[in-house]
Amino acid sequence: MSNQYADRSHVVKIIFIVIGALFVGRLAMLQLFNPEYKEKGKQQSLRDITQYPARGFIYDRHGELLVHNEAVYDLMVIPRMVKELDTVYFCQCLNISRDEFDDRMQKARKYSPYSASIFMKQISKEEYAKFENKMFRFKGFYISQRTLRIYDRPIAAQALGYVGEVDQGDLDRDPYYKRGDYIGKSGLEKSYEEVLRGIKGKKIMHVDVHNREIGPYQHGRFDTLPIEGCNLYTTLDADLQAYAEELMANKRGCVVAIEPSSGEILAMVSAPTYDPNLLVGRIRGKNYVMLNSDISKPMLNRALIGQYPPGSIFKVAQSMVALDLGVINPGSGFACEKSLVGCHNHPSARSVQEAIKMSCNPYFYQVYRRVIQQGKYKNIYKDAQYGLTVWHDYMLRFGFGQKIDIDLPKSGMSSGNIPDTAFYNRWYGKERWAFSTIYSNSIGQGEVTVVPIQMANLAAIVANRGYYITPHMVRFYGPDSVQNEEYHKRHETGVKREYFDIAAAGMYDVVHVAGGTARRARVDGLDICGKTGTAENYGNDHSVFICFAPKDNPKIAMAVYVENAQGGGGTWAAPIAGLLVEKYLNGEVKRKDVEKMYKEINPCQKLPLTRRVKKAKKRG
Amino acid sequence: MYQEKIKVDWVTIWLWFGIMIFGWLNIYAAGYDADHAMLFDFSVQHGKQFIWMSIATLLALFIVFTEPRVFSNTAYPIYGIAMALLVVTLFVATVTKGAISWINLGPFKFQPSEFAKFATALAVAKYLSTIGIDMKELHTKLVAATLIAIPAALILLQHDTGSALVFLGFVFPLYREGLSGNFLIIGVVAIALFVLALLVNKYILLGILLAAGLFYLFVWLNKRTLRDYWRVAAVFACCAMFVFSVDFIFNNVLEPHQRGRIDVLLGKTEDLQGSGYNVNQSKIAIGSGGFFGKGFLRGTLTKADFVPEQETDFIFCTVGEEWGFLGSSVLVALYVVLLIRLVNMAERQRSPFARIYGYSVASILFIHLLVNIGMVLGLVPVIGIPLPFFSYGGSSLLAFTILLFIFIRQDASKNQLL
Repeated sequence: MSNQYADRSHVVKIIFIVIGALFVGRLAMLQLFNPEYKEKGKQQSLRDITQYPARGFIYDRHGELLVHNEAVYDLMVIPRMVKELDTVYFCQCLNISRDEFDDRMQKARKYSPYSASIFMKQISKEEYAKFENKMFRFKGFYISQRTLRIYDRPIAAQALGYVGEVDQGDLDRDPYYKRGDYIGKSGLEKSYEEVLRGIKGKKIMHVDVHNREIGPYQHGRFDTLPIEGCNLYTTLDADLQAYAEELMANKRGCVVAIEPSSGEILAMVSAPTYDPNLLVGRIRGKNYVMLNSDISKPMLNRALIGQYPPGSIFKVAQSMVALDLGVINPGSGFACEKSLVGCHNHPSARSVQEAIKMSCNPYFYQVYRRVIQQGKYKNIYKDAQYGLTVWHDYMLRFGFGQKIDIDLPKSGMSSGNIPDTAFYNRWYGKERWAFSTIYSNSIGQGEVTVVPIQMANLAAIVANRGYYITPHMVRFYGPDSVQNEEYHKRHETGVKREYFDIAAAGMYDVVHVAGGTARRARVDGLDICGKTGTAENYGNDHSVFICFAPKDNPKIAMAVYVENAQGGGGTWAAPIAGLLVEKYLNGEVKRKDVEKMYKEINPCQKLPLTRRVKKAKKRG
Repeated sequence: MYQEKIKVDWVTIWLWFGIMIFGWLNIYAAGYDADHAMLFDFSVQHGKQFIWMSIATLLALFIVFTEPRVFSNTAYPIYGIAMALLVVTLFVATVTKGAISWINLGPFKFQPSEFAKFATALAVAKYLSTIGIDMKELHTKLVAATLIAIPAALILLQHDTGSALVFLGFVFPLYREGLSGNFLIIGVVAIALFVLALLVNKYILLGILLAAGLFYLFVWLNKRTLRDYWRVAAVFACCAMFVFSVDFIFNNVLEPHQRGRIDVLLGKTEDLQGSGYNVNQSKIAIGSGGFFGKGFLRGTLTKADFVPEQETDFIFCTVGEEWGFLGSSVLVALYVVLLIRLVNMAERQRSPFARIYGYSVASILFIHLLVNIGMVLGLVPVIGIPLPFFSYGGSSLLAFTILLFIFIRQDASKNQLL
């Protein structure tokens, strides 16, 4: 009787199959075609715990530790897990007010009630020790360890640079960084960031619905250990650096000292400077604002950024160019004709060596004229164009007019200005200028600007008698003592060594012979060779001095630049350089009285000696 | 002593056994804790389930060696006892998760509603197989409906909506025995209208229905009789009444948590921390499994308590996460094969009792699958109901095993009986 409905079994079976197929389709949708669920699954059940590697240390050339790390603790909070908290006690431990507590909790909750955010940053070891054993009472809080930079000696702030939290630009540029990571922001910390930072490790923890860690995900199969950052072994001489900073206290300017044979930078001072410890930890933000708004710009590295008229130190380079071109010879003499360009009182120079010693402006006016107007063309404008082009090439070979290829961040570095024909064509028009228009360059004024590191490099070139090694700050890094070959390149000026011997002899006379402009740089027993400069500008003259010592087989080449120093190169920069050379070569300074005087006095306020120097008069 | 050659259907038994073992592995995985990885720790769920599985197997053996006539003869007493237990439960039960369906028996809890299912199946089969019964008669329909409605109503009183819904499954055996197919269609249309009424503006919905009716009358039908007009008008009137009563049902009949779950399903609210939490977590767990799954014991979400009720009602998540699309599809396929097998077995019965009972078994299992997997996959509102032979729980495993093996027993001696 009922079998008349047997066909209905098919309807029932079809319904069963349709529902089964619907389930399989839905499964495919969830599991195969919707990656969103996979991602969400990972997000909520796995917690990536970054293991931060210790940042590499920084040493000076003698192995003295300049920068190292100290452990600090970030107090993390997962707001949803905060329970039965004795808030009063908690605030007492952290030394914060109740309002502050509410504020921080509110912020954390706003970020996410379920995941961890920083409740309090960078708690020092001492502070943490006070409540370390009470952490179990603070449910929902835990500690994450980080490291901060520590500077035992507050020196070389601008060269070493500082470390700060990554910004949006860093995050966009390099996926290695995550919000809250630290990165070198300037100086060596920035240029050697990838060497110093090491490689972060990752621990994947399996967490449950209450965000409790259950254990390592798949027994740590995907975990990685952090690899510590490499140590940097710099070329700096910490004692020389510290001493230079002391001497430059109360002044604006900079000191760059280079070992000529290797290009290693022994000291790089930018004054005024700051204590690098100011830009570390919780005080960083406040201090950064303070330093950044200081009108004397202590955070700028003047040695790399400052573009100054070089003044008379430029004459050394000019004489080399003229000798090499053959437009003068070592015995050329020019009268000190003050109608051409101002000068101070001295007998006329009868040779290049004497001209350098006396820093005679009219002499170098003539020298430069012969370089620019070589008489190759009848048209003086065309002739000047030719001469300037030749001269410009020489200047580039001396390291001027381009960014020095130093191993510090290139961004923000200055190249200085060595004008070429295009430059003057733009200023005056094509064939509208000649030597008479541009003669100021001959004495390091006019359109020429030079960066202090280039000045030190000029001293190194003379010390080496014709070449320089790329100046650099790092000798090697890491456990394998990696050397960056790029910074051991030798750059030739192309000028004959014998001409440089003349320049060196002239520079020796500057310091040692009567009538020389830098007698104050003299140190008994050390044959320092130097050249003073006094650069005119809108304010008081800048005082500049370059030198190297000893004369033969030099160990140190240096530039000292003191801004607005109410006195010539011989008055300020030269004696400071003398003290520094004495310190470096002899290990200590015997002339304590001189040392004391230059440490204390501010050149902008008071002249150091009884002899008043007349302003607005070019001297060398 | 009754003597005959018993020829059990081994395919069904293997399906039952396979699903049960797979279920047990997943209960083990869901509660897996590397520190307590003992396979036979009877203090934890997979250990307890092993005991239940052993008891279920013994029970299955017992049923297989029982004379098949016993079940048809005692169908009504069994039904009576089950109904009495349901009533008793209402008075002695301890409230568990809002439901008053559990009786405490010393160390174990016993859920009579699970046993009411096969008892009702027996009674319905017994009644409809009575000689001279015709499904077309109103009297038959009413008696059958009453047999089904009594346990459903008692279970509803226990606040166990899921278990009560299972009794809707009896529409399939009734349909097979001659109930008009319109009941199935009305059921589907009612669900569709209910959902649409909640989602779409009611007047727009009625406008569309009216348009469909007019289309049927004037385009579809070539010749129209007056009866056709009346029929369309009546259907439309019923639909309209139903649509307007949906709001009332939704707001006054359903409990707030049920309203929340329906809203979540229909995408009207998200509420990932409240009503939507379970389903969202379940979907994430399943979705994160991908094609091959994370591997046995390697699920990260189901093991971390993200998915509630993961050993019982949400056990399918563990399958989805650890066994992936592959394992989940195989499980769904196993169930579908079992259902089809049961229908085929029912069709080969000579006795109407066995056939009707077989259909009831398939239907009860089907509703469980539909509601349980549908819920886990986010296709059906959250209704607590176990996955047959798979979820953790003694009552349900034993009750399903009894349900299935009574039919296997009937089938084993189909040729001897009439």
